[in-house]
This record gives sequence, C-alpha cells and structure tokens, in this order.
Amino acid sequence: MHAYANPARFLKIARPLTPICLVVGILLILIGSYAGLALTPPDYLQGDSVRILYIHVPAAWLGMGGWTGIAIASIVQLVWRHPLAGVAARAIAVPGALFTAICLVTGSIWGRPTWGTWWEWDGRMTSMLVLLFLYFGYIGLANASDDRTSVSRATAIFGIVGAVNIPIINRSVVWWNSLHQGPSITLRGSTISSEILWPLAPTVIGFSLFFGGIVLMRMRANLAQAKVEARMRRLAAA
Amino acid sequence: MKAKNQRLILALLALAAVIGAGLLAVSGLKQEAAFFYAPGDVAENGLPLGKAVRLGGMVADKSIRHDPDGVTIHFVVEDGKAKVPVTFKGIAPDLFKEKSGVVAEGEFHPDGTFVANNLLAKHDERYMPPELAGKMHKTDTLKP
Repeated sequence: MHAYANPARFLKIARPLTPICLVVGILLILIGSYAGLALTPPDYLQGDSVRILYIHVPAAWLGMGGWTGIAIASIVQLVWRHPLAGVAARAIAVPGALFTAICLVTGSIWGRPTWGTWWEWDGRMTSMLVLLFLYFGYIGLANASDDRTSVSRATAIFGIVGAVNIPIINRSVVWWNSLHQGPSITLRGSTISSEILWPLAPTVIGFSLFFGGIVLMRMRANLAQAKVEARMRRLAAA
Repeated sequence: MKAKNQRLILALLALAAVIGAGLLAVSGLKQEAAFFYAPGDVAENGLPLGKAVRLGGMVADKSIRHDPDGVTIHFVVEDGKAKVPVTFKGIAPDLFKEKSGVVAEGEFHPDGTFVANNLLAKHDERYMPPELAGKMHKTDTLKP
C-alpha cells in the first residue's frame, strides 16, 4: 500500500486512469439507458415506471458505497497515516452526497404512481435521508479545517461513526415492516425477471466507473491545488 | 507493540463499539420503527384503539366489495396469521388489487374493523414483463 503513498506515483497512475473511467463509464451508462428505455418490456404492474430502476439502483449503490469508501479511507488515515487516504475521502464526499440525493429523488418520483405517495417515513427512506444529512455534516466538517487537500482527524472519526448507518439502510426492509419492498437481488438470485434485469448491469458498472473517474479527478485537482499553494508560499518567502 | 498496530486495534475496537451501539439502538426500535402493524401483530397484542395507525398486509382474494355510493370500498387485509376487515372511502391507488400488498392509514374501531382514510399500494420485490405475469395468472385461475 505504501508503494502508492507517494502522491507523484499515484498521479502517474491516476492521470491515464481518469479518462478511461470516464469514457468507459459514460459509454456503459448510454448503452444501459438505451436498453432500459427502449429494449426492455414494461413491468406487469408498474408499467413503464419500472424503468427508473436503472438509475435508482446505481444511485443507491453509489450513495452507500461512497460512504463505505469514506469509512475505509478514514480507518487507513487514522491507523496507517496514509497521506492519500484523507484526499480520497474528501474527494468521495460530494459525489456520494449527489448520488444519495438522486436516489431519494428518483425513489420519490417512482413512489408517487406506484405507492400513491411522494414520501413516507418508513425505515428505508428515513435511513437513506439520514445518509444524505451525514454527507452534509461530513462535507461541512471537512471544510471547517484549514487543510483543503486532506481531512482532519475529527472528520475521519466522523466518517467511521457514520458508517453504522450503512448496514441499517441495507437491512431496514428486512428488520422492519416497511413500505419499500424487500431486496430483489440477493445471494440466492433475483426476483426481477432477467428480461427487465439485464440493463442494470451496464448502468451499475457504468455509473460506478463514472463515479471513480470523478473521484480521481477531484483527488488530482486537490493535490494540484496543494502543490500550487506550496509553491506560492515558497515564492512569498523568497 | 508498534504504534501502528496499537492504532489499528483501537480503531477496530471503536468500530465494533459503534456498530454494537447502533445495532442495540435498532433492536430497541424494532417495534417503534415499524411502518405499519400487520394483522398478526394486532391479533397478538390487541387493538391499538384511539390513535392513528397504519395497517399493512395482503388484500385477501375476492374480498373487495364496492358500496352503491361508488366511493366506499370494503376489503380484508391478511398476513397468513390473522384477517382484518377494512373500510375505505376515497380513491384507491392504481396498484390496489386483490392478492397484492396494501398499507392503510386510519383507526381501529372497537368492533375490530379498520376505518382507513388513506390507502398506499405496497409493491413487492418481483418484477416481470406482462406476458410472463399473464401466463402465471392463467395457471393461477386454471387451478381448481
């Protein structure tokens, strides 16, 4: 792991990796979206509103995966003092919050025709809204310190504490009676018919690569900013 | 012990403590965090009278009856353990059907019927194209 502790070495890999993630990601999103909008059949009950699945599921996955990434980076930062861990966590926060918001909005739009309501305070929806607020708190805390490249130790601790919400979101529909349906895709298989399910693979992988590309871009921008500021300080001192 | 290992152990202990606390809180909330009562809960714990609650379950097969006024419907909600008769006056959501999930908001009457002022359809985790569902439906109705 310490082979990549050197920002210069990280940048050497991140520079070519960023456009690959973005281009392949966008391509897969386009393929999945076309298939999901034009090729798949409508659902027998929901009709065409089932198609919101192809964005709602990747958004939910990235909102929760984003915080999992922040929690892992926080542990790496606190334990191994890895210089890039805080940079990664800071870069994940804003896109993670954005995808959480997309998940909530698309779910609400789907809920109106399907359930007959825009919003209900059930376990899944409430815990996902809490995740969005955790992201807001994290971004606020990260920006409260002078360090704009990495994050403070207090922010890293908050990143670990907030991770307790992730299993709660995941299990909320199993533990409690909820309006949101139970998990469709489990280790035992899927209750979504394969004709409707398959475009989900390109959109989930595509949005994940896109997310990764954005995070790499934000990490590089923050590292470059730090470099500029260090050089300015040296010039001012000279 | 190296400082690094000490920090690792501390971080893991903290993580375990936080997750443990979260799980305790969640299991304490088990009843309160439920979005609705199931008919089985009501049969077990008695009627929650005098307060607004939600009742959720499956709409029993062939139980929907329309009153002559055109807006009042009667149906039965079941969960495999118990059944509750429900009355609702208003417009039901499109997905409100027999043998599918429903969440009714309203109040219990002392005689055991539930008077709903709002209905929500609960979608289940199965997604399939109409042709497939149609085939299933046919085999369903062909069954004696």
